[in-house]
Amino acid sequence: MSHVVSPIREKLVTGGKSYHDVTHDICKQVEGEPTKEWKWAFGISCVVFAYGAYCLFYTWWQGIGVWGLNKTVGWAWDITNFVWWVGIGHAGTLISAVLLLFRQKWRMAINRSAEAMTIFAVFMAGTFPLIHMGRLWVGYWVLPIPNHFGSLWVNFNSPLLWDVFAISTYLSVSLVFWYIGLIPDFATIRDRAKKPVAKRMYSILSFGWSGRAKHWNRFELVSLVLAGLATPLVFSVHSIVSFDFATSVIPGWHTTIFPPYFVAGAVFSGFAMVQTLLLVMRKAMNLEAYIHTKHVEYMNIVIMVTGSIVGTAYITELFISWYSGVEYEAYAFLNRATGPYWWAYWSMMTCNVISPQLMWIRKLRRSLLFTFFISIVVNIGMWFERYVIIVTSIHRDYIPAAWSMHYPSHIDIAVYVGTIGLFFVFFLLFARYFPVLALNEVKTILKGSGQSYKESPDYHKHH
Amino acid sequence: MLKSSAKKLVSGGVKISEVYSPFPIHGIDPIIGVKGTRLGIMAFLYGLTGLTLATIGMYYFMVVEWKMNIGGKPNFSYVENVLAFIPISFEFTVLCAAHGMAITYLLLNRTLPGMPAQNPDPRTTDDKFVMEIRLSENHGLTEEKVDELLKDTGFVELDKKIIE
Repeated sequence: MSHVVSPIREKLVTGGKSYHDVTHDICKQVEGEPTKEWKWAFGISCVVFAYGAYCLFYTWWQGIGVWGLNKTVGWAWDITNFVWWVGIGHAGTLISAVLLLFRQKWRMAINRSAEAMTIFAVFMAGTFPLIHMGRLWVGYWVLPIPNHFGSLWVNFNSPLLWDVFAISTYLSVSLVFWYIGLIPDFATIRDRAKKPVAKRMYSILSFGWSGRAKHWNRFELVSLVLAGLATPLVFSVHSIVSFDFATSVIPGWHTTIFPPYFVAGAVFSGFAMVQTLLLVMRKAMNLEAYIHTKHVEYMNIVIMVTGSIVGTAYITELFISWYSGVEYEAYAFLNRATGPYWWAYWSMMTCNVISPQLMWIRKLRRSLLFTFFISIVVNIGMWFERYVIIVTSIHRDYIPAAWSMHYPSHIDIAVYVGTIGLFFVFFLLFARYFPVLALNEVKTILKGSGQSYKESPDYHKHH
Repeated sequence: MLKSSAKKLVSGGVKISEVYSPFPIHGIDPIIGVKGTRLGIMAFLYGLTGLTLATIGMYYFMVVEWKMNIGGKPNFSYVENVLAFIPISFEFTVLCAAHGMAITYLLLNRTLPGMPAQNPDPRTTDDKFVMEIRLSENHGLTEEKVDELLKDTGFVELDKKIIE
């Protein structure tokens, strides 16, 4: 091995697993029958999604007037949900790309499922800008294609168009990155499959993967280069999302701190969602040997650091609004904290600034129950952050006669909850039919402790 | 272990045709004579193509064909507007580099949806490692000689096949 692992480091895979154990532990999830809990969760997600889909269809039929929007508050739940989902969609690529470049081996247990989550979340995010166009069937107008309106093109100066490019690039590149890693693991399932239908399906999915030395050589380079491309991409995407606001002239949006602050917030919320999902998944699928306290602790440290960056950004924003001497800016922030939406602002502050600070305590950040609780709190807090930024900045218009409030209609809420339903439909299907751990990567980290597992009684029992 | 036995065989004059493994074995490539891949160069070229296309496209759309008047700002020059074009130039570069490389990778490996499995034994995707040695590629050696060399390697199974 080219690197030295300190003996005081906790083992990444516990329980003295052999290569075959790894294969078996992951493949048995795919090969067995779905559990009762899985069926229930899947059923509920489908029902929730179905109601969301109905409300979505109702929106298309009636127009976005069925939402709680009005002339002053033209962006509310739709864009809040969009930014919330994109933010969540940042953890997966960060884990698999940035941590790959930094050679953080603990990523290997979580990157597959985190990236699946990313792709599904970005997919959910992408639906909102499309829906909020109102006329979905002209959605293709955002593409620079020759058209019959004369030589009229989309506006390349507009951050909204940058967003189109950023989100679609991010979604498709993440998908490719994820799939390239999945091919060898699909091959493992293919080669174990007994039922003809499963064999056929996984054979198609695994693209005839061979495992030749040359192919592994290419595989590793492709993974590395894709990680190198995805790393700036992941930072660019949320920067560009923040440009949607930062390049406007609305007090409360017009701030240069937005790109780094949004990226930190995205990583913060993304890791929280990873924790929420993985803590349930490891329990339901008996993956305790692969995803254990150390992984949770590492992720909690990321949550703590990014949460602190977000907190610093909030306070900087407040300070600058006063220090700038622009009374509109100052009012926008004063109104956030003390105006009619004070409850949203203080929920955001509590969830995002105070709760991650508790992770300084080792005992708390290694507690799985506490982590689960905080991850939910952070998810809620980050939704409020976007709601606060969007709605409180625009609900007080320049002319007091135009001042307004935003109240969501039940359609607003149902469409949002519906996307959560669809997200879980996808994630549950993933957990059921896909290798939830990167088998080929996890096997490479067994080797470091290979000697120790050969000496353990487990080894002699099996062989 | 496969690495050390491969080394032994190669020093004994055997040409190893292929190695199949469930995960990448670092350092096996130089031993069995697999050259480093040039996919990285391809990724760079695809990225360059993307950047060029994005630049030409935005120059044509925004400067040549339809000079959009945005608050009377200069709209007749690419250079003066270039800052607004950077995000999309970057995204398009990444898009082309990533997809170009991924497609090339799949084509080079001959791995496409529905292709038949190429590994000789289904266990090579689980926990077994296969070394393929062809007599047709080892003219200087007889079967017995290869067997003798193999004896020192501690292999688990030996599978002889006659390929027409």
